[in-house]
Amino acid sequence: MNDIEKKLLEKITDLHKLPSGTFSFRKNGKSEIQNNTKDVQIIPKKDKNGIDIFVNPNVKNKSIHIPVIITVGGLDDLVYNDFYIGHDADILIVAGCGIHNKTCKKSQHDGIHSFHIGKNASVKYIEKHVGEGNGSGEKILNPITKIFMEDGSHMEMETLQLEGVSSTIRKTFAKLYDNTSLNIQENILTTFDQTAKTSFKVELLGENSRVEVVSHSVAKDNSYQEFKSNLIGKNQCFGHVECDGILLNNAQIISTPMIDAENSNASLIHEAAIGKIAGDELIKLMTLGLSQEEAENMIIQGFLLG
Amino acid sequence: MLELKNINYSVFDENINKDILKNINLTFKENKTYVITGPNGSGKSTLSKIIMGILSPASGQVFFNGKDITNLSIDERANNSISYAFQKPITFKGLKVRELLDVASNKKNTFDQLCDYLSIVGLCAKEYINRPLNDKLSGGELKRIELAMVLSRNSKLNIFDEPEAGIDLWSFEQLTKIFSTLKNSCNIIVSHQKKILEIADEIILLNNGQVQKMGKLEEILPLLENNTCHKLRGDKNE
Repeated sequence: MNDIEKKLLEKITDLHKLPSGTFSFRKNGKSEIQNNTKDVQIIPKKDKNGIDIFVNPNVKNKSIHIPVIITVGGLDDLVYNDFYIGHDADILIVAGCGIHNKTCKKSQHDGIHSFHIGKNASVKYIEKHVGEGNGSGEKILNPITKIFMEDGSHMEMETLQLEGVSSTIRKTFAKLYDNTSLNIQENILTTFDQTAKTSFKVELLGENSRVEVVSHSVAKDNSYQEFKSNLIGKNQCFGHVECDGILLNNAQIISTPMIDAENSNASLIHEAAIGKIAGDELIKLMTLGLSQEEAENMIIQGFLLG
Repeated sequence: MLELKNINYSVFDENINKDILKNINLTFKENKTYVITGPNGSGKSTLSKIIMGILSPASGQVFFNGKDITNLSIDERANNSISYAFQKPITFKGLKVRELLDVASNKKNTFDQLCDYLSIVGLCAKEYINRPLNDKLSGGELKRIELAMVLSRNSKLNIFDEPEAGIDLWSFEQLTKIFSTLKNSCNIIVSHQKKILEIADEIILLNNGQVQKMGKLEEILPLLENNTCHKLRGDKNE
């Protein structure tokens, strides 16, 4: 890997080099390296781009890294990654895509991920998206995540998109069965003329199913963000969606909630708050010696990464 | 150390100009503790905010160590060794206690240093440093952390706006102990509490936006007792 590639990899995975466990590394539209372990098998798809990842039942405390980097312009990369998590497994999955585009042609990566989480399994999924490079070509990331949770399973999903991604359309679908829980934390920063549209559709099908979606977004300059959520409660269940947005300059954020309780024992909540950085937060940090700009940056940093 | 000259402040409310502070002239000396007291609406918090630069006076000047700081911003005053504890502590989404103490003290603290700051206010660093400073903390915890932030700065001038508001009895006793140990700074405390008045070197009684009297406790107490608008808390009558 050259320096640009190493830096991108570090930004999306916090790794300085390829990890020793299970991993699949995709670069510029091609699968570069894959490493299987006895607990986790990665099998390339035969009919389209992508991989199937099988985690054996009862595998505990293992991690899978599947970073993607793009360092060229004019590439449209569509990939299908399907995860099959065995029952009672406990696994960390680190994904993410970094685009370094210094050309005038757009680079795009669309990662279609599906998670089939077996009974009583637990998954933590971290996904970071980064765009960089000073070419005029757009850097586009359009992920789709489909989650199917069998009885008793648990999933935590953290997604982070920092500066540099020209546009993103992020769609998440989930079906939750009995005694399952899904926690989603989404953090997005857009600047300049960037756009980010995210939507969640979560069907709470099983008894005692539970979902928590927290979205923190910061829109600066002339950027535009949309947040749509749709929680459907079809059983005795709990759902909570929180959308918090900070606006700076001429940016715009639209939050559209939808909660649909089809069962009288469903309890669904939506909260949304969009506005400028609170004046008293700025004042507090300024009384500690920070300039207004430093205070703003610290508040945004904490809001997105805290 | 701190001098307020002819400070006036007014707000435009219901189409009339309402005077909040009228021609305030006060001098504060270094290493002394002052308590500003007075009835609700007498202008105590407004005056403390003017000293910190959170509010700007309509007219008048603020001098700090001989320098006119009237036009200095909040952060410039903070960096000139002035600190301010809010009556209602400010909360954040995502910022942790550790990060705020680092900013307050202007250094990357070790665990032991953070422990020192928090133990003064009766909190265990292990339990708190990685917690976000948000509404999930109780009012008393937030107030104590607010105090720890100010104390960690070691400023020459500390302003505390109603430090007793929202704290429990245990914290209150600690609070008075902490104030009585602050000997190397000038401290201005806005308070209604008799026990806090008792630790003051001098008390400033504000009434209707004016300094009614500045003096020792024994000079101020009779005035407070005669003032039906001002209920002193922690008094035998309460």
